[in-house]
Amino acid sequence: MKILTTVKRVTDPDMKVRIQPDQSGIVTEGVEYKMNSFDEYGVEEAITLKEAHGGEVVVVSIGPGAATKELRTAMAMGADRAILVETDADLDSDAVARVLAEVVGREEPDVIIMGKQAVDSDRSQTPQILGSYLNWPQATFAYKVEIEDGWAVVGREVDGGTATKRIKLPGIISADLRLNEPRYASLPGIMKAKRKPLETLTPDDLGVDIAPKVKVLNYEAPEERGAGEMVDDVDDLINRLKDEARVI
Amino acid sequence: MANVLVVAEHLDGALRKVTLSTLTFAQQTAALTGGEVHVLVLGDNVDAAASEVAKYGVAAVHYANEPVFANYMAETYAPAIAKAAQELSATVVCAPSSTTGKDVLPRVAAKLEAGMVSDAISVSDDDGLKFRRPLWAGNVITTVDVLTPVKVVSVRTSDFDAPPEGDAAPVKEFASGVSAPDNLEFVSFEQVKSERPELTDADVVVAGGRGLRSGENFQMIMDLADTLGGAVGATRAAVDSGYVPNDWQIGQTGKVVAPNLYFAVAISGAIQHLAGMKGSKTIVAINKDPEAPIFQVADYGLVADAFEAVPELTEKLKTIT
Repeated sequence: MKILTTVKRVTDPDMKVRIQPDQSGIVTEGVEYKMNSFDEYGVEEAITLKEAHGGEVVVVSIGPGAATKELRTAMAMGADRAILVETDADLDSDAVARVLAEVVGREEPDVIIMGKQAVDSDRSQTPQILGSYLNWPQATFAYKVEIEDGWAVVGREVDGGTATKRIKLPGIISADLRLNEPRYASLPGIMKAKRKPLETLTPDDLGVDIAPKVKVLNYEAPEERGAGEMVDDVDDLINRLKDEARVI
Repeated sequence: MANVLVVAEHLDGALRKVTLSTLTFAQQTAALTGGEVHVLVLGDNVDAAASEVAKYGVAAVHYANEPVFANYMAETYAPAIAKAAQELSATVVCAPSSTTGKDVLPRVAAKLEAGMVSDAISVSDDDGLKFRRPLWAGNVITTVDVLTPVKVVSVRTSDFDAPPEGDAAPVKEFASGVSAPDNLEFVSFEQVKSERPELTDADVVVAGGRGLRSGENFQMIMDLADTLGGAVGATRAAVDSGYVPNDWQIGQTGKVVAPNLYFAVAISGAIQHLAGMKGSKTIVAINKDPEAPIFQVADYGLVADAFEAVPELTEKLKTIT
C-alpha cells in the first residue's frame, strides 16, 4: 500500500504571535517553527499503516526551502521519502489542494492522510477540496483508522458524538487529535533520514498556477480581554455574580 | 440576483440552533448584496425542520427528502448544495462552522470554483464583501477578500444571535439529482445523549480541566452545571486523558462557545483553550494556582482547591436559584 502524507511548517503554537505594525503579517524574527501538530498525527498514522500492511510512505510539504527540516523529521519518524514543492508564497487552501492533486497524479497513492487543519491558518479545508478535485471519498476528523479489503473504516469525531464511515480506497483521511500518539524520532531514525531521498519541485514544475482565490487584506490583534478581579471566597463570588455581573 | 444560500443543519429532522445564527449572518450578507436569503434542507425526513426554518425571515426554503440523504455524507451533500446554489443564483453559500459544515463546504467550494472563508465572525461591504475570521487559535484576526464570483463561508455561530421570527416563507421541494455512490458507506452515529443544553447554545457553561484528575471528579462539574441549567465542557487535556467525551472539548480544535457565564474549573488556560471561550460574557476561573494564565482573562478569579470550592458553590447556589 502506498500512503501519501503531508506536513506544513508552522510557527510554534506555544509561542505568542505578534503582528507587524503595518498589519501586513506576523512578526517572524525570533520565531521558531515546527511541524503542524495535526500533521504529526497524520504522519504517525501513515507509518503505523505501513508497519501493519507494508508499502511505502511518501511525505509532501509545500512551503519554503526551510521546510526540508519538517520533511526530515517525518522521515526520521519513518516516512520513506519526501517531496518539497518549494514556494515562498502564502498559498490559500485551494492552491495547496491543486498542487497536491498534481503530486497525487504522479505518485498514485492508495490513501492520503493529512492533518485536519493547520494550527496557524486554522482553515480545515485542504483535505476536503483535494477530495473533491480527485473525486475521492473522504473521512475527516479521524480518531480511528482500519484498513480492510481495499476499504478504510474510519471513526470520526463529530458534533454530538462519534460517527463511523467506510470509504473505498483510494481515499482521503484527515487526522484529529486522539488518533494516535506520534512517536519521537529516534537517533538512528534521524541518521537514516539524512540519507533518504528528498525531491524538490516547484509549482511551475507541476504546471500549477498558485494564484489565490482568497486574499488576506490585513492582520490584526483581537480585542484584548482585561483581567478582572480576584474574589475572596465562594460567598464573595456568588455576591459578585448576583449583584455586579447579574448573571445568576 | 446576488442571493445567499444557507445550508440548514438538523439532527434526525430537528433543526439545530446553529442554523439560526447562520441565518443572521446570511441576512446581514443579503442586506449588503441586495439579494434574498434561501435555505436548503437535505435529509429523508425534513418536513418539520423545513417549516421551522421558514419562520425566520427568509425568502424561501428548499428541501429534499431523499433516501440518499438519510445519513449526512459530504460526497452526496456537496453536489446537491452546489446544484441548489447555481439554480438559486447564490453568490454566497454558507453553513455553520460545525463538524458538518467544515466537512462539506470545502467540497462545495471546489465544485463551484469558489474561494472559501472558514469561521467568519463578521461581514461588511468595502468595495465588495469582506469577511473577518480568527486564526492562530484566535490570537490573530484577518480581513479577507474572496476573489471568485461565488463565495463559500463557514460561520462561527457563537458570534451571531438567532434572528427574530417573521412571516412564514414558502417551502419548496428541491430535486437533487444525486445518486448513491458505491465507494462509501455510512456505518453508524454514536450520539452522546444528554439532558443538558447543547454546548454551543447554552447560557451557562461549566468546564473542567485535567486538574480534576479523573472522569469521576467531573461529577461536581455536572452538578454545578445542572444547578444553573448549563452545559458541560472540558479542555483538550481532559478529553485526551479520557475523562470525558470528545464532544465536550472547547478550544481551537473543539467547539467555540460564548455563553453569558463561563466557569473554568481547574483549567490552566492554554491559548488553544482560550480560543474557544474568550468571547464569553462573564468568565469565572477557579484554580488553586494563582499564577494560572486563565486568571488573565477571567472577570472573577478564585484561588481555591476546586474539590472544596465547587461543591460549596453548588450547595450555596441551590439555596438562591
